[in-house]
Amino acid sequence: MSQTATAAVGTSAATGGYNFAYLDEQTKRMIRRAILKAVAVPGYQVPFGSREMPLPYGWGTGGIQVTASVIGPEDRLKVIDQGADDTTNAVSIRRFFARTAGVETTTRTAEATIIQTRHRVPEEPLKDDQILVYQVPIPEPLRWLEPRERETRKMHALQEYGGMHVRLYEDIARFGQIATSYNYPVLVNDRYLMAPSPIPKFDNPKMDRMPALQLFGAGREKRIYAVPPYTPVKSLDFEDYPFEVQTWEDCCALCGATDSYLDEVITDDKGGHMYVCSDTDYCEARRAEGHRGPQAGTSFTDDERDE
Amino acid sequence: MYVAVKGGERAIANSHRLLDEARRGNPAVPELSLEQISEQLGLAVDRVMTEGSLYDRELAALAIKQARGDLIEAIFLLRAYRTTLPRLAVTEPIETSDMAVRRRISATFKDLPGGQVLGPTFDYTHRLLDFGLADTGGDAPEAEEGNPETLNGPVPRVLEILNHEGLIQREEKGEHREPSGDLTRESIAFPAERDVRLQNLARGDEGFLLAMGYSTQRGFGGNHPFAGEIRMGEVSVEIVPEELGFPIEIGEITVTECESINQFKGSAKEPPQFTRGYGLTFGHCERKAIAMALVDRALRCHELGEDATAPAQDEEFVLMHSDNVEASGFLQHLKLPHYVDFQGELVLIRNLRAEAEAKARAEEAEAKEKATADAAREAAE
Repeated sequence: MSQTATAAVGTSAATGGYNFAYLDEQTKRMIRRAILKAVAVPGYQVPFGSREMPLPYGWGTGGIQVTASVIGPEDRLKVIDQGADDTTNAVSIRRFFARTAGVETTTRTAEATIIQTRHRVPEEPLKDDQILVYQVPIPEPLRWLEPRERETRKMHALQEYGGMHVRLYEDIARFGQIATSYNYPVLVNDRYLMAPSPIPKFDNPKMDRMPALQLFGAGREKRIYAVPPYTPVKSLDFEDYPFEVQTWEDCCALCGATDSYLDEVITDDKGGHMYVCSDTDYCEARRAEGHRGPQAGTSFTDDERDE
Repeated sequence: MYVAVKGGERAIANSHRLLDEARRGNPAVPELSLEQISEQLGLAVDRVMTEGSLYDRELAALAIKQARGDLIEAIFLLRAYRTTLPRLAVTEPIETSDMAVRRRISATFKDLPGGQVLGPTFDYTHRLLDFGLADTGGDAPEAEEGNPETLNGPVPRVLEILNHEGLIQREEKGEHREPSGDLTRESIAFPAERDVRLQNLARGDEGFLLAMGYSTQRGFGGNHPFAGEIRMGEVSVEIVPEELGFPIEIGEITVTECESINQFKGSAKEPPQFTRGYGLTFGHCERKAIAMALVDRALRCHELGEDATAPAQDEEFVLMHSDNVEASGFLQHLKLPHYVDFQGELVLIRNLRAEAEAKARAEEAEAKEKATADAAREAAE
């Protein structure tokens, strides 16, 4: 399933007559300035002159513009959606860059220099020579408390985040736990409240002090923000109700992993279901190493399961 | 065994081929030419140019053809193309007083310098299906020539006439910024300047502005508009090349302009006077121009010291939701997979239900135990 689209980079033949990575150089410079500002003020949402892309708003235009601005001919790009390389929109975006930038693409997390993602952080820990680009639908973590941008910007300026704690507290009072399972708010570098994009809260701990640079692009809302390498990212919680991630009683039916985020797959119309890794590369790598889940044919041994 | 639920490259390619086939329809029916679209579906072209922010009839016609007549999709195609174009120059403001008027009406004065010119309009047509149009190949209808004296020469704007008397809010010339703001280059900030606001409304969805404007008429932020003037026709476009230092004409565009006159009883800041709303579109988009003028007026509530109580007066609400390319994209992104998020919600709901059921069971057991204990006590007594 590995995709490679190597071509003579930079020629108009490789990029179909468009500038390298589609955007013109002026626009890329404008976006890079926004990125630099975002890196300098971790978690702060920097407005930028988001362009109309040939893909619809809400389908990754922010991430695409960020990727287009930081990608070079030597880069190797991986694109995932829901953790998978072969979901339709990931395929579409990867093809967009293969076509307009002629860069090499990969499905292997370890081999990629830039990973553009929607809704997941790869299971495999990222390194300091990698960039993770998130597609962000609603960059404002306070949006569900206050719909007005004028107000939320003020709240950020004053670090007025009490409302968010109240909301989490109300969850605990009603449900006995915090009822937010994705896009779980985080505090970056002890200053800015940030929406991690709709990744499951399972992925939040991976953002904390991550060696890779994390960039967030919201095209429709025209905002860019960033978490520089090794920056503390704390999921909001309370002393007596510490932050927790999702757990499953089952393991991945294909590779037997018990430490990955699992997707539920309906197998019949009588309530039958199985779980598989949402991160397809992680799952494939494990199977290549010989791990087997209960539905993968051969059964696995406990030794194989404990890596 | 795990059935692949994920789409692949081949599925996308096949879907695109199906789309091409569906677009063409029955191959026995002759294919539409861009000229046919541009000439005979001219108002669709006008709308696509206006909301696509690009004045090019041929490209707009192409977008409509490619989008199978889905105008919002066509607007998106045109916008995506527009953003790749270099900016060669900024034109001088167009002068609509010098318009070669094809239509000009005022609802506020019976007669006025320049006269009332109905032009090509659906107004006063009876909306009866014309079955004669079902047959193609009929003779091309021909209209009579208008009186050249009324149609040539400058036609003064109605609101300028009121302006002489000082009865209407003055538009200060110095108020506009140089260069004016451009929300396609810089993201919008609130409160927005009027130039950016008008740009947003001009690009905004006709249906959205229609509903917003209509809401002000029905009392949600009512500002009692009169169609002071609506005019449609051709204006020349000029630029000032740096090396020349004076304006030269580079072409001509068709525009529709609406200036509304609105009642205003005065406020702490302003004496009683008529106030204005402004609408401008490419081509002939009259409904949009009027709606835009109404919404523009509603959004001027702050500068006039009015209370902003209605949706149409809420700047952030109107300006952040007027763009149909943004709205359509985000709405339709719901079609993208969300199973990771949904799995998170499933886990959460199952947890919450498990806890609720466990609690219910515990309570039931407790009640039963109590009942048995009570029965035992009764029996003992």
